[in-house]
Amino acid sequence: MRLRYIRRKCGWALLTLWFVLTANFFLFRIMPGDPIGLLARSQRLSAEALAHQLTLFGLDRPLPLQYLIYLKQTLTGHLGVSIISGTDISTLIAGRIWPTVLLVGVGTGLAALVGVLIGIKGGWARGTSFDRSSLYGSLLLYATPEGWLGMLLLITFAGTLGWFPAGGYTSSSGDTAPQLGDIASHLFLPALTLTLGYIGSFVIVMRSSMIDVKDEDYITTARAKGLSDGQVRRRHAVPNAFLPSFTLIVLSVGFILGGAIVVETVFSWPGLGLLTYQAIKDQDYPVLQAVFLLSSLAVIMANLVADITYGFLDPRIEEV
Amino acid sequence: MSNEISDPTAASGAADNEGRRPERLLSRRQLTARRRRDSFTRNWGMFKANKQAMVGLGILVFFTVVAFLSPLLVSADAIDPAAASGPPNSPPSANYWLGTDSFGRSVLSLLIVGSRVSLLVGVTATIGAVLIGATVGLVSGYYGGTRIDTVLGTLTDWFLVIPWLVLAIVMAAILGPTLFNVILVIAVTSWAMTARIVRAQTLSVRRRPFIERARALGASDWSIITHHVLPNVFPVIFAQAVLTVAVAILSETTLAILGLGDPTAISWGRIIEEAFNAGSMANGYWWWMIPPGIAIICVTLAVTMCGYALEEIFNPKLRRRH
Repeated sequence: MRLRYIRRKCGWALLTLWFVLTANFFLFRIMPGDPIGLLARSQRLSAEALAHQLTLFGLDRPLPLQYLIYLKQTLTGHLGVSIISGTDISTLIAGRIWPTVLLVGVGTGLAALVGVLIGIKGGWARGTSFDRSSLYGSLLLYATPEGWLGMLLLITFAGTLGWFPAGGYTSSSGDTAPQLGDIASHLFLPALTLTLGYIGSFVIVMRSSMIDVKDEDYITTARAKGLSDGQVRRRHAVPNAFLPSFTLIVLSVGFILGGAIVVETVFSWPGLGLLTYQAIKDQDYPVLQAVFLLSSLAVIMANLVADITYGFLDPRIEEV
Repeated sequence: MSNEISDPTAASGAADNEGRRPERLLSRRQLTARRRRDSFTRNWGMFKANKQAMVGLGILVFFTVVAFLSPLLVSADAIDPAAASGPPNSPPSANYWLGTDSFGRSVLSLLIVGSRVSLLVGVTATIGAVLIGATVGLVSGYYGGTRIDTVLGTLTDWFLVIPWLVLAIVMAAILGPTLFNVILVIAVTSWAMTARIVRAQTLSVRRRPFIERARALGASDWSIITHHVLPNVFPVIFAQAVLTVAVAILSETTLAILGLGDPTAISWGRIIEEAFNAGSMANGYWWWMIPPGIAIICVTLAVTMCGYALEEIFNPKLRRRH
């Protein structure tokens, strides 16, 4: 029974991957100008690199064949070369992926953890001043564009107060390996921006599921047994109210990746987001294509893991 | 479908059977109009009682009026970089309440003019997204369980799961920075939530007896969807549309900050981008960068407040949450 559920979820993930690959292929073909002309216009691309890209993706072949070649090359890890620098895109990405994983990981983790805790407290004590202020605060943060929020934090804490470095990943340059504390001080503001930018939805979702759970019969039963308020909340309310927030945490990986593009741009954080920003400026389409593919892959994997975990957390799911 | 036959169907399709007996026989059209009027009055009463929603509505009316009056409030010269007369980068003063930018343009004038594009993108992108989402949701829900539903449902799930903001950014970069493309990209990437909600609502409406009656009387699928399902699903679509405006305005800001906005159209997001690129942070030009962000927050917050209120009115299950 469980095996069938996992198999179905894996099948869906593969189907989604196919959709993303196909969308990616056609996105690249609807742009103005043909791919070959575009490649040829780039001065910095050497003749060999151009020829390599041409043969790798069969850009002179008919469209259906190009599609099959594209699928095969992408699935075997060949993402092509950057139009601007001629560098292999896999190499480009490998150099940029860890700063983004660090930033998005810390940002999502903190937003989810703090948001869920605030939501639990607020929803359980609905109508108190804590609940009201946390709800309004969340709505305010939800309405704030994260790029602008980042600029505001940068201008205040890095500019005026000078507490944090104004951008980048590390202050050390050249041969010396970056120190952990140094990276942390550079990470602080961009991670805070992402956390503040996305905490609101976690508070709102956790709060409303706590409110839903609060009136359930089993909560009344637990109270009637003589459990303290804290025990009822911890043992009976939170575990039952947590599932929607769990889904949100997983889904949020997708939109936090989008937000990270702006935040990395504002803070010159040398991750995939900054790479994307540079690719937008340079109209480096193969790089953009790879970024979309990679972030979709991250979201698909996160969803698959979540679906399977969900099946274990809530046995009723299997019957759906 | 003839009027006389479907008359009782339409009347009993009313969501509000408050036991009121019509004094005289009304035509189908009159009955429907009266029912709609009554339900509007009732919902408006509930909306008016919601303080946050009324504040939100007030803010929206204010910004809409400003956007419509902007050609009268600000002359074209005032925002033309070549014709601007003020001192560059000056902090707020009596002459320039919000200071000036690098070209010597008044930031207040930019803000007023920017409201036009920001609201236009927010509203038109939402209309696009809701048209796609509502159509997909209605068709998918009405043919629930069939192959069409499976295909449309999977498509909706895909668009919910993929990182839509990344897709919007990549699409905007590929299509090029024009106002139309910005609107198109936002519409194409933000319809899925509407589709899912409309589908769920359609599924529940479809099981109601008046749909079966309409079908028994020989109504076509098209006429059932447009005459019976849509009016019952419309409130949900409307509430969702209002909430989508917030998403659309925030997406426009993100695209603009990344330099993907129309370079010929001033929006709040583009003012932020220009301020950022002019080194506002290193030079401390806070008056240039902060106001457009506050304007975006005000409108997004206002729209969200109104949207939540509408959601609560139309979905009584949510009513006890606040």
